[in-house]
Amino acid sequence: MSTPSAFDPHRPPSRELLDDCVHCGFCLPTCPTYQLWGEEMDSPRGRIYLMSLAEQGEIGLDGALHEHIDACLGCMACVSSCPSGVRYDRLLEAVRPQLERNVPRSRSDRLFRNVIFALFPHRRRLQVAAAIGVVYQKLRGLPAMARLTERVAGMGATFARLAALEALLPPVRLRDAFAALPERIPAAGTARRRVALLTGCVQDVFFHQVNVATARVLAAEGCEVLVPRHQHCCGALELHSGRELSAIARAQRTIATFEKLPVDAIITNVAGCGSSMKQYGELLADDPAWATRAAAFSATVRDVHEVLAELEPVAPRHPVRARVVYHDACHLGHAQGVRAQPRAVLRTVPGLRLVEAAETELCCGSAGIYNLVAPDAAAELGARKAANIRAAHPDLVVTANPGCLLQLRRHLAATSGDAFVPLMHPVQVLDASIRGTAPAMD
Amino acid sequence: MTRIDATAQRGFDRVLGAENVISDRARLRSYECDGLTGYRVIPALVLLPRTAEQVAAAVRVCAEHGITFVARGAGTGLSGGALPVADGVVISLQRLRRVLAVDPVDRLAVLEPGVTNLEITKAAAPYGLYYAPDPSSQQVCTIGGNVAENSGGAHCLKYGFTTNHVLALEVVLADGSVVTLGGDTTEQLGPDLRGVFLGSEGTLGIATKVTVRLLRTPEAVRTLLADFPSVAAAGEVVSDIIAGGIVPAAVEMMDTLAIEAAEAAVCAGYTLGVPAALVVELDGPAQECHNQFERVKAICEAHGCTRLHIAADAEERAAIWRGRKSAFAAVGRISPDYFVQDGVVPRTRLAEVLSRIGEMGEAVGLRVANVFHAGDGNLHPLVLYDASAGETARAEKLSAEIAELCVELGGSLSGEHGIGTDKACSMPKMFSEADLELMGRVRDAFDPGGLCNPGKLLPTPRLCGERPGKYRPHPLEAAGVIERL
Ligand SMILES: Cc1cc2nc3c(=O)[nH]c(=O)nc-3n(C[C@H](O)[C@H](O)[C@H](O)COP(=O)(O)OP(=O)(O)OC[C@H]3O[C@@H](n4cnc5c(N)ncnc54)[C@H](O)[C@@H]3O)c2cc1C
Ligand code: SF4
Ligand code: SF4
Repeated sequence: MSTPSAFDPHRPPSRELLDDCVHCGFCLPTCPTYQLWGEEMDSPRGRIYLMSLAEQGEIGLDGALHEHIDACLGCMACVSSCPSGVRYDRLLEAVRPQLERNVPRSRSDRLFRNVIFALFPHRRRLQVAAAIGVVYQKLRGLPAMARLTERVAGMGATFARLAALEALLPPVRLRDAFAALPERIPAAGTARRRVALLTGCVQDVFFHQVNVATARVLAAEGCEVLVPRHQHCCGALELHSGRELSAIARAQRTIATFEKLPVDAIITNVAGCGSSMKQYGELLADDPAWATRAAAFSATVRDVHEVLAELEPVAPRHPVRARVVYHDACHLGHAQGVRAQPRAVLRTVPGLRLVEAAETELCCGSAGIYNLVAPDAAAELGARKAANIRAAHPDLVVTANPGCLLQLRRHLAATSGDAFVPLMHPVQVLDASIRGTAPAMD
Repeated sequence: MTRIDATAQRGFDRVLGAENVISDRARLRSYECDGLTGYRVIPALVLLPRTAEQVAAAVRVCAEHGITFVARGAGTGLSGGALPVADGVVISLQRLRRVLAVDPVDRLAVLEPGVTNLEITKAAAPYGLYYAPDPSSQQVCTIGGNVAENSGGAHCLKYGFTTNHVLALEVVLADGSVVTLGGDTTEQLGPDLRGVFLGSEGTLGIATKVTVRLLRTPEAVRTLLADFPSVAAAGEVVSDIIAGGIVPAAVEMMDTLAIEAAEAAVCAGYTLGVPAALVVELDGPAQECHNQFERVKAICEAHGCTRLHIAADAEERAAIWRGRKSAFAAVGRISPDYFVQDGVVPRTRLAEVLSRIGEMGEAVGLRVANVFHAGDGNLHPLVLYDASAGETARAEKLSAEIAELCVELGGSLSGEHGIGTDKACSMPKMFSEADLELMGRVRDAFDPGGLCNPGKLLPTPRLCGERPGKYRPHPLEAAGVIERL
């Protein structure tokens, strides 16, 4: 006799995908939460087991399943390390919306998440927040303000989360927050490719310089770059948090904006955006009006390093003499399998020495909104990552995701007393090398 | 709902902190099985100690209240060794994972039991040292589990099993007392109690500290991957290599199905469709390694090798091993479920045993993939089945019959995956009643109350029925479809 599944009928995790897991445990060591807590339920194997029990109706969606899926960083290290090819990414993407729909969250948790999602995917609101942030960062220098933040941080979980948000705020130059790239950047010399650039929401407000550098490097390497003016958030944060409906709406809008452009590739320099845009095909697979369009769109999406690694370098490079650690963003390395390309691109820079830090496969704890909703776990992972990076004695650390940049910046600084380690996106290093200037810090 | 009385539960809460005692049913269920998912039992509690002292304190609570306990490492065991007991607790050692010391002068490392096998080598590597036993699960299995199972790996042919590399153990006995077995040197006075504990599958106590020997990383390593037109040809190569006085670091064989699975998982460059592939690795001083490697190549060619791939660098060697080591787990790609069997046969009978296994599989309509440590005749037939199609019982039976076949051919039941729950009932096939009774007495001496991992390793009437594991004819045998020699 079988009990009905605890999942609702709208896209439950499929039995075949669940059955692919043979319980061998090979995914355990690379799972960050398992590393932290050493509990079966907080390992990929345990999470899949709980999903499977729920699918068989043996446990409910609330309680253990909900809590342990919430604790998952969605870093997909388990997908990389699984010899049986278990698609944990697809399982998680099926289960998270189920939980969002069917399991009520506590009031404070709900409010906090609403704040995040009201802010992040919106460029304008982020610009305002950035402006407030500039004032705030000035004020923070004052002792009274510092005391206030300290006291606030001591006042329970919600405040700890607000403090987490605060600690992550990057120093922004207001000019950058409101700047925009031209709509078309011609290739230097003969055009080898025509590409469209997703500028991203967080990226463009907080790391506008990365977009500038990306456009310049692509142009120098013979790409004509189109930058659609009316682009919006790609929905990555929502997709990865199980907010399916809004993620779908954003996906459709992004597809509609980009699909009419006559380009060879749609390029992103943000790991999280790339992984979500490559997933649109799966996200919209059941919608007859969108399935083909979404699949075609996803097939055209490339991470900037993928494109650069394919193109034989033409722009002359100036040496950048530095020991550089490249940090694999989970959404690039694990989710997209793009590990070799950024390294290959960095190796085209003369004088640059790539060094590997220990535990490259382990998440830094940023993981989308994770460092905001689970600050303690995220901080532990951040500190561990920072220690591993420091042990490699880099002059410079590069990574291709704004979330990781913010998280690393915070934790590399937190171990102060040590030397200052500059952080940037790999294309900024390339840009500096091509232009023959010192890499610009943001 | 828990079957543990309230005072005992308070005892665990007191020594570990309530947050480190799992009693919620859904969470408990994630501990209900190990790598052998066919057997499942929900424990009453799962305990998550952080230190050896907490392990001892928790065991004392067990002793006081007569509660049975099962130690659990990474839960990768393939014989149901870490299968919980319904009225008992599981003591997870996953939080005891510090490398306590690496001593490059005396070449040893002191480890907490939850350190993974691969971590030991990582910790030793900066000193030009490594830890030799290398089970395929080395990235995840723990040294505590390795000690309990006396695990081996591809390189055990030359370097021996876990027991050859463990110098000393700190053990929490069933009454909660802590003893040290063995010492920092291999020369020990008196009976070798350390040796008794090795391979005892958690039935004699819980190891809380393990001192292992480290070896110097060899000067040279050469690896080849060779394809053969038949399993028999590959088997002859193995015999010739060993008859030629060469002791390879490893000789591994895979058959068509195993190759298919491994390639699907890691694209390591094996040839799809060949009947057998051999991986041969030599290591040691550069000159000796080179000379022997030439001889191995010649032996391969003499037996009709159809392709010879020599790893050009460390990366290519790693790819070959990735293929071999992922093979078990990767079988998940070609079959929804599988049983891994583990037996040993004299090397000379490899080809025979394989053709018999093939026939047995065919007779019951199940596929069997084979991966094995050919050098020492340790084979791992993987019985592929689909639980949702109701094939479990048939697969389980085939798997047990394969194990018994090994014994019939003059081999033994387990090379390295242990007896656990899976094969306890088959023990009487290999050991006489007097042998089993002696083992029982050793066990009683360590654990008179029978609290440590009961029901594992040794057959019990409750587990195996009235005639514990005695030979019973297979229905197909009774029907004359198959026969045993
Ligand atoms: C894909 C795959 C490949 C494998 N390949 C190999 C291989 O090549 N060679 C090989 O030998 N094995 C292999 N194994 C089997 C398994 O990995 C080993 O038996 C390993 O030693 C188990 O370690 P563990 O930490 O997972 O222990 P667990 O499975 O958790 O426990 C195994 C047994 O050890 C006991 N135990 C655990 N820790 C302690 C402790 N500290 N003190 C006392 N008892 C303890 C448990 O009670 C149980 O009886 C493989 C398994 C898988 C899934
Ligand atoms: S997800 Fe993959 S690696 Fe992890 S237990 Fe399942 S099969 Fe093994
Ligand atoms: S996605 Fe990351 S955190 Fe989640 S189970 Fe996989 S490895 Fe663990």
